[in-house]
Amino acid sequence: MRMSRYILVGILLGFILYKSEAVSWFRIYEMFRFQSFHMFGIIGSAIVSGIIIVQVIKNRKIKNVVGKEITIKEKAKTYSRYIIGGFIFGMGWSLAGACPAPMFILLGAGHTVFIVYLVAAMTGTFVYGLIRKALPH
Amino acid sequence: MIETIFYQIRDFIAQPWPWYVAGPLLALVMFILLYFGHEFGISENFRLMCAADGADKVNDFFKINWRAGEWNLLVALGAVFGGYLASHYFLGSHGDIAHISAATVNSLNNINIKVTQGEVPLIPDFISWKGLLSWQGLLMIAGGGFLVGFGARYAGGCTSGHAISGLSALQVPSLIAVIGFFTGGLLITYFVIPYLF
Repeated sequence: MRMSRYILVGILLGFILYKSEAVSWFRIYEMFRFQSFHMFGIIGSAIVSGIIIVQVIKNRKIKNVVGKEITIKEKAKTYSRYIIGGFIFGMGWSLAGACPAPMFILLGAGHTVFIVYLVAAMTGTFVYGLIRKALPH
Repeated sequence: MIETIFYQIRDFIAQPWPWYVAGPLLALVMFILLYFGHEFGISENFRLMCAADGADKVNDFFKINWRAGEWNLLVALGAVFGGYLASHYFLGSHGDIAHISAATVNSLNNINIKVTQGEVPLIPDFISWKGLLSWQGLLMIAGGGFLVGFGARYAGGCTSGHAISGLSALQVPSLIAVIGFFTGGLLITYFVIPYLF
């Protein structure tokens, strides 16, 4: 099945974030207190590896599975939405101790209370959709 | 013989993964998705789920073909499976322990979150159904979730879309978003969390 490969990617993502303890509320608290290199190491080495991957893709014009050159969409060059939206996201991240991927992983690990987080996050997204025209972007 | 090899592989995976294993593997996930023609971004699933639940009838922001995002919903579903497998079959001798630093254990005890070095669980007891019954738990779980959902869409991405994908492509907007993530997180960590316990 063509779509099952995405489930496998998700399983890999689940193992990475669970086994590296990035799903832990305590690890997120520790990161925001700058008391360990661990989370900065994960995010930092992901970015360094990612930069190398993206540069190789650009220079070698690597093609994707359907034979088209891989391109990465440029994000709109504004300021407000990133700083304000990012700030709001960061507040939620530190309160719940989980960003969206860990939430799905923790649901699978049996922390079923994260269903409340999921519904709340969908509500947050919905409210953003309703009022977005009134917000500075 | 085969059984021994199987157990050895299991035990190898079950060790706690250091940052220099996890980080490059996250970049690999990003690359696999790019190779399949997609961009890594988990929070987009909240919008897809809203659209699939009928939000498209209420608001244009959700008038999207959510089926085109089916791949992303499957990544999220896979993450649920991954969490199940990792926590049930690959716990190892360390169990469900967060190996946080002594400094963090100290800080937690100072703000009245009682933990013992070496016995800190991955998820604290206040992040639970029982915890949800207190206003603090409600604020952290439901309030946190709401802010994550609202903020991620406002900023156009979360940790995967901005911090990993965006910064890997050296996009300035993602750097601004990540600065926002940390400003918001630091504010809550220093000025709100200490007063919740």
